[in-house]
Amino acid sequence: MPIPTPLHPRTSKLCTSMRWKEWSGYFAVCSYDIGHEREYHSFRHAAGMIDVTPLFKYDIRGKDACSFLCRIMARNIAKLKHKQVTYLCWCDDEGKVVDDGTVSHLDENYYRVTSADPSLHWFLRHTRGFDVTIEDVSDKLTAVAVQGPNARKVLNAVSDANMDALKFFHLTHARLDGGIEAIISRTGYTGDLGYEIWVDNADALNMWDAVMDAGRVHGLEAAALDAMDVTRVEAGFIMNGVDYFSSLHSLIDSRKASPYELSLGWTVQLKRDPFIGQAALRKEKKAGPKRLFVGLEVDWVELERLFAKHGLPPEIPAGAWRSPVPVYDMGGAFIGQATSGAWSPLLKKNLALATIGARHGQIGNRVKFEITVEYERKTVSAAVVSKPFYDPEWKKA
Amino acid sequence: MASKYDAVIIGAGHNGLVCAAYLARAGRKVLVLERRDVLGGAAVSEEVYPGFTYSVASYVVSLFRPHIIRELELAKHGYQLLPLECSFSPHLEGEGLVRWPEAAKTRREIARFSQKDAEIYPEFGLAMTKMAFLVKYILDNPAPDPTSLDPRELKNLLDFGKYFKNLGPDMLHLHSQLLTMSAVDFLGLWFESEALTAAMSVSGIIGTFLGVRSPGTAYVLLHHYMGEIDGAFRSWGFSKGGTGGVSMACARSAQSYGAEIRTEASVACVKIKNGKSSGVILENGDEIDAEAVFSCLDPNRTFLKIVGENHLDDRFVTQIKRYKLRGSSGKVNLALDRFPDFTCRPGDGQHVRGDISIAPDLDYLERAYDDAKYGNFSAKPFMNVVIPSLVDPTVAPPGKHVMSIFVQYAPYHIKEGASNWPSRRDAFGDAVINTLSEYCPGLKDSILHMQVLTPWDIEQKFGLTEGNIFQGELSLEQLLFLRPVGGYARYKTPIKGLWMCGSGAHPGGGIMGSPGEMAAKTCLTSGGV
Repeated sequence: MPIPTPLHPRTSKLCTSMRWKEWSGYFAVCSYDIGHEREYHSFRHAAGMIDVTPLFKYDIRGKDACSFLCRIMARNIAKLKHKQVTYLCWCDDEGKVVDDGTVSHLDENYYRVTSADPSLHWFLRHTRGFDVTIEDVSDKLTAVAVQGPNARKVLNAVSDANMDALKFFHLTHARLDGGIEAIISRTGYTGDLGYEIWVDNADALNMWDAVMDAGRVHGLEAAALDAMDVTRVEAGFIMNGVDYFSSLHSLIDSRKASPYELSLGWTVQLKRDPFIGQAALRKEKKAGPKRLFVGLEVDWVELERLFAKHGLPPEIPAGAWRSPVPVYDMGGAFIGQATSGAWSPLLKKNLALATIGARHGQIGNRVKFEITVEYERKTVSAAVVSKPFYDPEWKKA
Repeated sequence: MASKYDAVIIGAGHNGLVCAAYLARAGRKVLVLERRDVLGGAAVSEEVYPGFTYSVASYVVSLFRPHIIRELELAKHGYQLLPLECSFSPHLEGEGLVRWPEAAKTRREIARFSQKDAEIYPEFGLAMTKMAFLVKYILDNPAPDPTSLDPRELKNLLDFGKYFKNLGPDMLHLHSQLLTMSAVDFLGLWFESEALTAAMSVSGIIGTFLGVRSPGTAYVLLHHYMGEIDGAFRSWGFSKGGTGGVSMACARSAQSYGAEIRTEASVACVKIKNGKSSGVILENGDEIDAEAVFSCLDPNRTFLKIVGENHLDDRFVTQIKRYKLRGSSGKVNLALDRFPDFTCRPGDGQHVRGDISIAPDLDYLERAYDDAKYGNFSAKPFMNVVIPSLVDPTVAPPGKHVMSIFVQYAPYHIKEGASNWPSRRDAFGDAVINTLSEYCPGLKDSILHMQVLTPWDIEQKFGLTEGNIFQGELSLEQLLFLRPVGGYARYKTPIKGLWMCGSGAHPGGGIMGSPGEMAAKTCLTSGGV
């Protein structure tokens, strides 16, 4: 059985739908209502607060904390300034991605890593020769994400820190109403303006109440995973275990992926001291990846036409989906798979994230996307478009 | 008067019944002969104490092949496998260790001992799953013989080789380690926690006269990951109505295809003339003629008792005599008037609905083995306990329970001599109950009935020589093309028309059905009947 997060007394009271799922061994709300729409719109037009405590969190401390992380991560942590956060991935010796997450530079010789999978063992395997201590704080810290255009107003209202001065992918220490010590980072998984608040478990409920109280007038609502799933597709973010498999959990090699194949090449910094996977990544960069992780926009007119033949309006999943769908080239040959997608209520577009053969991955290229129309398999064309699908100007402003 | 059959099967163990069903399904006229009044051999359910059904000998279904269930329509004949969900290792101090069906829960559980181990546990599973493809090939095919130059044999070897081709060097290295290392050393490549290593290592020793630190025990660990690739998704489980449920379903399947089954029909010998068998003679003098005779008995009993040394060449007899049976385990079955509460994790729950291993640490296991090496039963044995009545209400009255305790080590050759086991039986039973009571203090007072089977009892009751539950140790030197002896791993014997179809044949013991199935299929395809 999964276990409740420290916020369970609050989230369970609100979860009238009784819709829960397991997330990293915790109970997590799918949607508070039967549908996720209201919560989705809170993310996009005001602000939503979601319990993200199940994320794995590790504190790296010590004289060699920076050089250790430089060794592990595909991104050069030496460049990460104090109170800055970065998104990155880490690889095995073959340059295949183990996981992706963030690193926050909390203090001198003190960093915090978040990950999708349990990672302590992976970090410990590589601590040899480094003066570092690694502490798993996953079960000690409670985290919420406050995301949406009004998120700044909410955080300004509840904390003593000046959110207007907090830049994208930076963090600050803050005191919340009621004297709660917190770390606030300007990060999130919705592709919108947003913050994540990190507090000790003991302060979890007071933090939730304080943020809710201050946020209510700004339209803050409790939101959950189904809503966030739609926003993360709109943001074009990749997800471990859904869009790719960790190399540690791949039964066959073809399931492993390099950062370049995941279109995370921008996070890889090769020209520096040795790091895990560097040699393989150099080689791959030179040769070019065989696959690419791309955004697809499914042709709506064509889709409507296919359903219209049966006298039906288009029938597509109401929320985000993650059951893989084959993708073909225009000639009908298999070129890869769409691994997640969603109908964007905001953009009124049918979106998908796909891994396809590199030569089919240029922006504007058209591919065929499999769809089931009245029990029959059909294809509908889709265009490779740039990610994020949705990128509001206030996200980084 | 002699009656004529296409095939006679000696012994209605589950393998004999599977063999019979396949032969009858192929249109052959088949007769199964069973010495006892119940069917199933060691896969047998008996109401030893009124209202309580014991799986007297074997107690869980391990790797019963899913295709046999499909092909013989066993579900139609009453076969049902109930989930065995957890592995629980109680400790005297602390809460013990439970491995749950849910990954996240298991991670948290193992993390109490070592967080590193907890996180690596799925990686270990992945590596073992990759290698389990080998086991699947081994279980479902006659053993390829590398000493043969027969082109068909070479093709078999090639097929076998194809599997290795895709593994890659790292996995191949691991493979070699798996085949040669001890369970403890192999697990040590991944894990640091002794509680976890001890709990996992015992699956490498069950039914062998080896310790968890003895080389060669790692290979058996693989069997636990078979379910991952088997399409069965629950290779391990409780058979509804006890393990006899498997046998009864096989029997009904065989009968539905026209096979005859006769109980209390003990075979005295195989009729042999000029090195060819022509049938069997029963203890009561009846003669039964058959084109093919299948023995579901162990190799020792088959060749030295019902065939007879005078029909075999000396070399073969020597090898059969060297074949290691040396039973190392006993069995205690209990009828309980209430739920047995384990101190370290009290109450009923998912944790007791799987197998419960008394294997708290490695020295405990090694000491248990030490006793056996010098001819004693373990003062504090390794025990594998199941309480099937928690999952299957048909085996005990409401609120009451049956407990099955597999006990290792109990060497057949105790220093007092095997035939003196009856005088040691009570002491053995006491050692088991006293040890288990340390973990489960109310046990003694809740016992309504107790059945103790020493290896000597197992031999007397089930005809398993030296009480070996697998009809021969599952150690590497007598597996694959060496089971039971080199040159005769294909169910054929030096006696023309006599076949082996029991656990003493490839791929070996456990409620698997494979030896029975492959013996029948090999015989049918080679025109044996």
